[in-house]
Amino acid sequence: MIDSTSIISYVTFIFGASALFYAIGWIFKSKTAGNLGTAAMAIATAVNVGAFILRWMETYWVGYGHAPLASLYESLVFFSMTIGLIYLFVEYRYKFRTIGVFAALSAFLALAYASLPSVGSQIQPLMPALKSNWLIIHVMTYFVGYAALTLAFCASLLFLIKSAGKNPDTGVLGHIPGFKALDDLTYQMVMLGFLFITLGLVTGAVWAEQAWGRYWGWDPKETWSLITWFIYATLLHARLMRGWEGKRLAYLSVLGFAAVLFTYFGVNLLPGLHSYL
Amino acid sequence: MNDNIKSIDLTDRVWNFLASVKLSVVLLLTLAFTSIIGTLIPQHKETSQYLQKYGEFWHGIFKTLNFYDMYGSWWFQFLLALLIINIIVCSIDRLSATWKIIFPEKPVYRADRFRKSEHRQSLTTAQAPEAIQTAITGYMEKHFRHSRTERSESGYLVYGEKGRWTRLGAYVVHMSILLLTLGVLISSLFGYEGRMNLPVGETSSTMILRHSDARVALDFSLRCDDFSVKHYPSGRPKEYRSELAILKNGEEVARRSLIVNDPIRYQGFNIYQSTYGRIPGDTFTLAFTDNASGLQINKKASMNEEIAMPGGKGTIIVQDYSNNFNFRGHNLGPTYLCMLIPESGDPRPLILPVEHPNFDRMRQGAYTISIKDLEYRYFTGLQISRDPGIPIVFTSFAIMILGFIVTFYMAHRQVCIEVARKNSGETAVLISGISPNRRPGMNMRVKRVAGSIERIIAQRNNS
Ligand code: HEM
Repeated sequence: MIDSTSIISYVTFIFGASALFYAIGWIFKSKTAGNLGTAAMAIATAVNVGAFILRWMETYWVGYGHAPLASLYESLVFFSMTIGLIYLFVEYRYKFRTIGVFAALSAFLALAYASLPSVGSQIQPLMPALKSNWLIIHVMTYFVGYAALTLAFCASLLFLIKSAGKNPDTGVLGHIPGFKALDDLTYQMVMLGFLFITLGLVTGAVWAEQAWGRYWGWDPKETWSLITWFIYATLLHARLMRGWEGKRLAYLSVLGFAAVLFTYFGVNLLPGLHSYL
Repeated sequence: MNDNIKSIDLTDRVWNFLASVKLSVVLLLTLAFTSIIGTLIPQHKETSQYLQKYGEFWHGIFKTLNFYDMYGSWWFQFLLALLIINIIVCSIDRLSATWKIIFPEKPVYRADRFRKSEHRQSLTTAQAPEAIQTAITGYMEKHFRHSRTERSESGYLVYGEKGRWTRLGAYVVHMSILLLTLGVLISSLFGYEGRMNLPVGETSSTMILRHSDARVALDFSLRCDDFSVKHYPSGRPKEYRSELAILKNGEEVARRSLIVNDPIRYQGFNIYQSTYGRIPGDTFTLAFTDNASGLQINKKASMNEEIAMPGGKGTIIVQDYSNNFNFRGHNLGPTYLCMLIPESGDPRPLILPVEHPNFDRMRQGAYTISIKDLEYRYFTGLQISRDPGIPIVFTSFAIMILGFIVTFYMAHRQVCIEVARKNSGETAVLISGISPNRRPGMNMRVKRVAGSIERIIAQRNNS
């Protein structure tokens, strides 16, 4: 019988293929390659959703029965899935595909990381502190937020690539959407991401109160998510000030994404309560 | 006179400084970067650990800068306070202007602003401007909260507007942060937390405060009827469960199971399953092994009881118990401390480690004494807290999220449809939009309106 873990290893490669197609479509301005990229992205995302649901069922089959959001591996699978879903929505709404290169690459990298033996894909039972419905809400809201912020990062990256060129409106750089559209998309995604990481922060606080008797404790993971939150709050306000447009906002978005990555992966190197995820 | 002007000038400058978004950007970034320190340097540890880790020099610097209690340090709290002042001053500073924008006596629309807008769509039709006027005003009235038509030289303009009130969203968010601050202040001023270790079968109404170790008497008491730990087959812990009864004036008022993640809330107190442990039971067996014959004699014993040694060799009194007895630098684990009173001679201490039955051989007496059949009892470790700030903090969360939804997903939008007869005799329709608070997505909205208008005109053409 085929299990979710092996399905996910196929999905990894479909995301990889999607990134490749999108890249070819971008560089050679090939519509066919672009279509293939979108098709691969849609298939990878759909199968990723299926694998997520299958793994949920598998936790019941082994007798534990919990939402598959309780380990690093499971969070990465959910992360790539949300990147795929939000990206497809953005592509549909904005009708541009260059961002697909980075979106598909992010999903591919997340799943490639998940496949490392050190990450460990076994289904583990929940320890008592994790047995809560808040786990589902907290992790889901955070990863929807992270996925949106990943896309904001992709848009900012394209912005910086485009603005680094001498002739941003010709050649390969010319295929990148205009500055205005990228800026708009970054802002749109930061707003979505900020809303959801705030929801994550808030549900985390409510849960921490239930599990440990305090809603805030300055543990490293909590503190780093607050740092991330401060950076994106800065971005939103910086945008209100004239003169803080374009490149500077793109740098802030890159900085914010670096904080997201550290909150997600780096904090495990520091001691604290959250070390299980 | 001159001084007066200068001081007004200064107050103005301080006020403008405190009201500026520039200050908030600087503060938010500074808070983000300084917060990192406390995640790299472990907080609230022993001085000796810090000295070992950082050495004399850096320890001195870190200590002066309060890096060991960073989030409670005066400078970090100062930054937070400044941010709060910034929010308050900024809100006061802008609210009256925003209020006038939100509730204008008569909204003014300036055609040239729309003509310059980057969000524009245009179409042409053979129909005369007057012929399509009712259709267009009808559409605008239906889709916008306010709409108005103005004449122009060669036609007319129809304005539509909605969502002025959404500009209050940012104020809602900022107010929620003030409310959050209030809640956190109340938590830190009036909240307290303690622990209670309650052996199975016992009742207590005393908790020990976390920071001061002071004892506090609660006006109710807790009785632990049972405690259990469940494990998964792999050995991971699955559940810690205490069966608790709450007693008021000696009478049982409630009975509940307590597990992690499901605290008991009682009269403003929150009771959490925090830890557990074992303590030895009341009775056990003393085993006397005759060093000559190897013969063993068992005697039941309990705390503070006098036990006669076999063969009339004296008496033993069990005086004390330690979970981790330290003997010449070795941790012997759970250990009973007794007094041995021989038939003749001075009493001497007797050390009986539970896990080392041969320990007493060292004494080289007639018998080697050890502990047998010791039964342990569980105690449940409860965390008990009271925090009147929690409802305020959680309310502020809800308001903040609501404010975000309003600010991010409901926008102040204005659309203008300019209809004018061209020299060629055709009619030009220009659809343009502005988002005065610069929300994204305006382009898409304008396209959508243009699509609808095109359809309306086409329908009239057909009919
Ligand atoms: C952690 C603290 C803060 C949070 C979470 C926060 C949140 C927000 C959000 C979400 C917006 C809407 C942004 C947008 O439309 O893109 C906003 C707008 C704004 N914020 Fe803040 N803010 C904070 C602190 C401050 C401070 C300290 C100031 C002080 C000057 C400030 C001034 C403003 C102003 C002037 C606006 C624009 C309001 C308008 O559009 O009328 N904010 N804030």
